[in-house]
Amino acid sequence: MKLYGALATTVALALGAGTALAQDKPAELKVGITTFMSGPASVFGVPGKAAADLLIEEMNAKGGIGGVKISPIFIDEGIGGDKMLSEYRRLVQEQGVRVTLAAISSGSCNIIAPVAEDLKVLNVMWDCGTEKILEDKRYRYVVRTQANATTEMVATVLYLMKTRPDFKTVAVVNQDYAWGRDSWELFLGTLKAFKPDVKVVAEMFPKFGASDFSTEISRLQAMRPDVVLNTSWGGDLDTFVRQASQRGLFRQNTTFVMPLAESSLERLGNAMPEGVIVGGRGEHYFLHPETKDDPKHKDFVAKFRSKTNAYPIYPTYHMAQALEGLKTGYETAMQANGGKWPSPEQVADAMRKMEFKAFGRVVKMREDGQGLEDQLLGLTKRVPEYPFVIMDKMMLIPADMVTAPVGERSPEWVKTIKPDILNSDRLKSYDYK
Amino acid sequence: MRLRLFVIVLLAIVLALPAYIPWLKTPILLALSNGLAVLGVIALLRAGQVSFGNAMFVCLAGYTVAFTARAAQVDALVLILLGTVAATLAGALIGLFMVRYRGIFFGMLNLAFSMVLFSVLGKFGAVTGGTDGLRFDRPTLGFVQMQRDGFETTLLIIAVFVALVAGILVQRYFRSARGQQLAAIKTNETRLEYLGISAKRVFWGGYVLAAALCGLGGSFFALTQGLVTPEMGYWVRSGEIVFIAILGGSGHAIGAFIGAFVFEFVKLYVAAWLTGAWQLVLGAILLVMVFAAPTGIFGLLERLLRPAPALSEKRA
Amino acid sequence: MNASLLLLALMDGISYAALLFLVALGLTLIFGVMNILNLAHGSLYAWGGYVAATFGIVIAKAGLSPLLILPALVIGAVLTGIVLGSILEIGLLRRILTKDPILQLLGTFAAFMILEDLQRLIWGSQPYFVSDVVSLLGTLTVADVTYTRYQLLVIPSVAVVALLGLRWFLNRTALGRQVTAVTHHREIATAMGVNASRVSLLTIVIGAALGALGGALAAPTTSITPGIGAEMMVLSFAVVATAGLGQIGGAAIAALMIGLGRSFAVYLFPEVEVLVPYLIMVAVLLIRPQGMFSRVATRRI
Repeated sequence: MKLYGALATTVALALGAGTALAQDKPAELKVGITTFMSGPASVFGVPGKAAADLLIEEMNAKGGIGGVKISPIFIDEGIGGDKMLSEYRRLVQEQGVRVTLAAISSGSCNIIAPVAEDLKVLNVMWDCGTEKILEDKRYRYVVRTQANATTEMVATVLYLMKTRPDFKTVAVVNQDYAWGRDSWELFLGTLKAFKPDVKVVAEMFPKFGASDFSTEISRLQAMRPDVVLNTSWGGDLDTFVRQASQRGLFRQNTTFVMPLAESSLERLGNAMPEGVIVGGRGEHYFLHPETKDDPKHKDFVAKFRSKTNAYPIYPTYHMAQALEGLKTGYETAMQANGGKWPSPEQVADAMRKMEFKAFGRVVKMREDGQGLEDQLLGLTKRVPEYPFVIMDKMMLIPADMVTAPVGERSPEWVKTIKPDILNSDRLKSYDYK
Repeated sequence: MRLRLFVIVLLAIVLALPAYIPWLKTPILLALSNGLAVLGVIALLRAGQVSFGNAMFVCLAGYTVAFTARAAQVDALVLILLGTVAATLAGALIGLFMVRYRGIFFGMLNLAFSMVLFSVLGKFGAVTGGTDGLRFDRPTLGFVQMQRDGFETTLLIIAVFVALVAGILVQRYFRSARGQQLAAIKTNETRLEYLGISAKRVFWGGYVLAAALCGLGGSFFALTQGLVTPEMGYWVRSGEIVFIAILGGSGHAIGAFIGAFVFEFVKLYVAAWLTGAWQLVLGAILLVMVFAAPTGIFGLLERLLRPAPALSEKRA
Repeated sequence: MNASLLLLALMDGISYAALLFLVALGLTLIFGVMNILNLAHGSLYAWGGYVAATFGIVIAKAGLSPLLILPALVIGAVLTGIVLGSILEIGLLRRILTKDPILQLLGTFAAFMILEDLQRLIWGSQPYFVSDVVSLLGTLTVADVTYTRYQLLVIPSVAVVALLGLRWFLNRTALGRQVTAVTHHREIATAMGVNASRVSLLTIVIGAALGALGGALAAPTTSITPGIGAEMMVLSFAVVATAGLGQIGGAAIAALMIGLGRSFAVYLFPEVEVLVPYLIMVAVLLIRPQGMFSRVATRRI
């Protein structure tokens, strides 16, 4: 595929050097990448950057995309929404960047997506989950190479119903921003489709980057809900789990559901107890039951470990998906283009009808730009091989079962979910071995 | 007059630069917006009062622009008007009890109000967009729907014009009777009262002017970014506005804009050269100004721009 | 709102109030003796936290008992207070004493900006977390809710010790009396033979150490990241303004009001939680602009 692309491009260049239609290949492909490099979220964002550096270096060693080397430029999401936007605009307008990977935070994506569309810049939403962006408006230049909030939250409810179907009360402690609010809305909406009379005993939304959850923990101890949802990630989740563990919150008979906690497991070590439902915003995990023995995957895990001294976590996998998706998009567009270097418009269009595979299962992109990525959830368990908890009793849930169809709004769609999807034989279970 | 020549030269640079380096439009627009807010604070400084909360008027105007733009198809010029009016009204209301305070208490109460606004905007996300802020699409400008480039250029020209007019009007105000009364609040408020003039009323006038100018700046800021966040009203931003006032020179309206441009461009270049150290550099510059040049950059230039009259003239 | 929830809100608010008090105490001391509002005070809190975190990590790496972290925190805070406080006083505050109040404020604001960036250059932007000492001290259960001993006993105790210790120092020791004299009227104190600059230096160092202590004590329970300095600045300022600039006992009460107000809000109106400190400040300042406990000063013409 790549060889053909490179050959075709060379031939085209040689033949059509003066042709008006031919687009010359640039000396390098500048890609703007936003990630959190400061603040509590940096424990999440910095591994993403490390993965980008690693993978881009590898890609460039093999010739880059269609023979063009990739040159990444990083923007820190931690400097705040408006400063980040200024930086983004500067990159596009001053440095002529036409392709970006943005962003981690749903808040940042909300800000950047319309601007990218306006500036005609191809933007791959590489980590943020808010489903509202692609559902509320038709975009041409914005795509998402990973699952959105709906896919994940519905899958989480499915897993919960399979693991502990007899709960009555639920509470939530989420970060107070787009993702925290949207994920709760979807979770509750889906939950009500299965258990219409579930009782919500507490809804707490501490601010993004909060450093003290003692009051929230006290309330949870006082209320003793059956299920507690916490879709926090990064430093916020780390702090919550540590403080909760110090206060003995995990000793009560509550099932904690932390769908983004896979990214914190190694850092938390023994602070994270067993029996917590965790996920990773997709089906990727360094101990992925279907691909952990895949030589490419093992190679990546080893390289990542030697570079950063830690196992890869889901932001790194999302980065891998974004880069792989981008590369596949360019190659597909070049093929359709007779081997010429494609414009961002052509790549954006190509990325709406392709599939690709990073280190998990195949991700299928659909016409509204949303990627269909299956979900992997599990229950935490301590094992002697690792100094931190791992995921056991894993379940892989196919994306098309749990994602709103094109053109429908998720908050309405989740109300139409039928409880009998729990009996589907497409849900595959795996134990940690 | 040398000062007029200086201003004309500056205007020419500001308008010509973006023609050669197009991406400079955004930082120049931001500097102009900031400059307008600083102009407002300079009015307060004339009365000897410093407010660590004026960013709240910038923020209010910005959010007004954002709410309106999201609710209806309103032209940018109308949006600027609405934003300024909102800030002015807020300033008039808040000023009613704010003018009873002086000195540190004045500064503190302004700070408190701005933090309340900041927290409210951050928390009630359903209405205000929360900490992520509110985005809005590019409105028509002069009832013409433009592309990004044309919009920015036109907005820039309007902003320069507005800044010039604002500067001239504020200088006029300072020289007028009311403006002198405002200055008297700093030098000897009691004497002003003895003259039969209500210091509170004069101060209120100055406060409303400051709010209006901050609102004007905030509206331009919002239109330039297309995004408003609660950070626009954070206390550190208020501090930066005061900083710029002293940096540029609080003795003359043009000091606001000199300071704003220096601030913006130092920030830009230090950020590109030493990421994450722009506060360090600007803080050091501020310290130098506090000790060596408290009248600001304009104060330093003043002797060149407004030469002292010859001795013989003085005696007359 | 039943009695057990009341008790819970009380328990939650105490440790937060204690931290606020420590930092506010430092701020109000500095204002008292220099008549300058130190806008860099929040940075002292942040630096205290970072230094404490560093000590914690060093102790953990050396394999020593985590209990050693507690004295290390205090030592770290004192050191930070001495070093940064001295630099601030000698390098800045002393030299701007006679300047225009606006320039004084801006001078300390500049110090804040510099310290913020220096802190980021030294410690980076990643969050720091040193929690082992908390786990070691264990928990205790009140009304079916478990609290850590650290949060419920250690932090409030340090605050109480600081309050009583400072009271004793100011009222019972000769040096403390001098501090009170300089706070009251610098010129007259100098005329009576008090070395005002030495006294100022000492007071600033104590104030800085208190601010740093707040940060150091907070380090084991929360994560230390950039931005906590600015946040704590405006919160401690809210406490000081509510109490009245220079009021020590008043600062304790104001800190309790704000700390408890916040924790009650989480139980009753969770959405209002972040507003509580500023709403209290606005309410008090509108009624009594000089703070709750200040005596109304006669105006000099």
